[in-house]
Amino acid sequence: MILSRRKLIGIGAAGAGGLLLSGCDRLNDSETFRGALNGATGLNQRTQRLLMGNALAKEFSEADISPAFKPNGSTSVADPAYRAQLARDFADWALRVDGLVKQPLMLPLSALKALPQRVQITRHDCVEGWSAIARWQGPQLGAVLATAGLLPTAKYAVFHCADLLGGAPYYESIDLTDAFHPQTILAWAMNGQPLGEPHGAPLRLRVERQLGYKQAKYIMRIELRDTLAGLYGGNGGRWEDSRGYQWYAGI
Amino acid sequence: MSESETETPPAEPKGGDLVRRHSLVTRLWHWTNLVAVTVMLMSGLMIFNAHPRLYWGQYGSNAPGRPDPAWLDLSGVNDGVPFPPWITIPSHYSLADARLWHFAFAWILGLAIGAYLLWSLISGHIKRDLAPKLPELAPSHVWHDIKDHARLRFPTGLAALRYNILQKLAYGGVLFVLLPGVILTGLTMSPGMNAALPLLVDLFGGRQSARSLHFLCAFGLVAFFFVHIAMVVLAGPINEVRSMLTGWYRLPREPEPMREDAA
Repeated sequence: MILSRRKLIGIGAAGAGGLLLSGCDRLNDSETFRGALNGATGLNQRTQRLLMGNALAKEFSEADISPAFKPNGSTSVADPAYRAQLARDFADWALRVDGLVKQPLMLPLSALKALPQRVQITRHDCVEGWSAIARWQGPQLGAVLATAGLLPTAKYAVFHCADLLGGAPYYESIDLTDAFHPQTILAWAMNGQPLGEPHGAPLRLRVERQLGYKQAKYIMRIELRDTLAGLYGGNGGRWEDSRGYQWYAGI
Repeated sequence: MSESETETPPAEPKGGDLVRRHSLVTRLWHWTNLVAVTVMLMSGLMIFNAHPRLYWGQYGSNAPGRPDPAWLDLSGVNDGVPFPPWITIPSHYSLADARLWHFAFAWILGLAIGAYLLWSLISGHIKRDLAPKLPELAPSHVWHDIKDHARLRFPTGLAALRYNILQKLAYGGVLFVLLPGVILTGLTMSPGMNAALPLLVDLFGGRQSARSLHFLCAFGLVAFFFVHIAMVVLAGPINEVRSMLTGWYRLPREPEPMREDAA
């Protein structure tokens, strides 16, 4: 078989490309290499926290609100109990706050609305790359947690949601740094209206210095925990468990 | 005592001589940067595949029925996954894994160019080798160099040791515009960095503008890569690659021999 020089170069280039790619895929599957990459992720979180301090996410004006806000993830909830509450405008619904707290709470929507309200026009950034801007209103999570009183062992606030995503309950979690950040609110209104079902009625989290998958919708219960281990997949969130997204979503 | 002391200083290098060309720092940075940029590009194309639309301004999405205007929309290409597996990291669709690679190698890219720019400034590399001299920027001079390049007529002898104006503009564009640009626009897309450095998002006119500029800077680097490889191949790939590996470069010979030696 006679190979022209051009063919040989072509085969060589394709071979080198193939080696590079299969090499990258092999590295991608290597536990050691992933460990190193994950180490960089930890570094990212520590660096951002150091640079951010308690700084606020950018807030926008009414004029900046995007004409459309893409509903993402679950856009409806199948659970019959939820559907019954939705039909009654959540009139006899209550948010449960429990776990490592001094005083577990059941907070109806009226109680959440009676707390001091924060209104913020912020940008929602999806991990996929798109953004939308909306006006959110609700009590600060910190105020709710202060009412319940945290036990000293509490480290994480876990949000248990009514929706299933890929057949498993949606949940998310943040640490106390973000839980007590002034812009972290339990939003019940969006753009001046009560939250619609696609956007997480009756209550969704806004944790403005992180990506969209942290903004849990359809919140039914907030559980204070000392660890994320032992809860579902142990990674602190539904997307983290199912897709491998990072728990810290500041990037 | 060596005899050289009595000799006249060595003559200026001429065509055919082996000379030191690239410093160790330049060579280390060059190859580190190549690895980092390659990984950033391939993992970045995977991240782009997750939402293959680009917008200008603060926001932009493909809300069903009410999509924001996109200046680039590749969502119709290849079933919505425009960049094929052979050019992405990982080769199968995984936004999470691509982000893991991207945000780890970003440290290598950023620290390497930061250190290299600092060294280039302090060592005089920028002033001596990279900064265009005023007369070089004269349109007639630039045009002359463009014509020479188009005719594949490259500098020989000592002139080959200095960067010509097109090289200076290309390398300067990469070092001072494209690499800092791709890094700063990348940081601007992070909601955490937006809180830490709100000035960045104002500088680029919004997160979606920063995302568009990030993509354009990345493709500027790709364009540079292809031109760079073409020039290396045309200028003599073995000599060029050796100079970037070992530092030693053989000056191209002048077209006509300087003198005829009778055999």
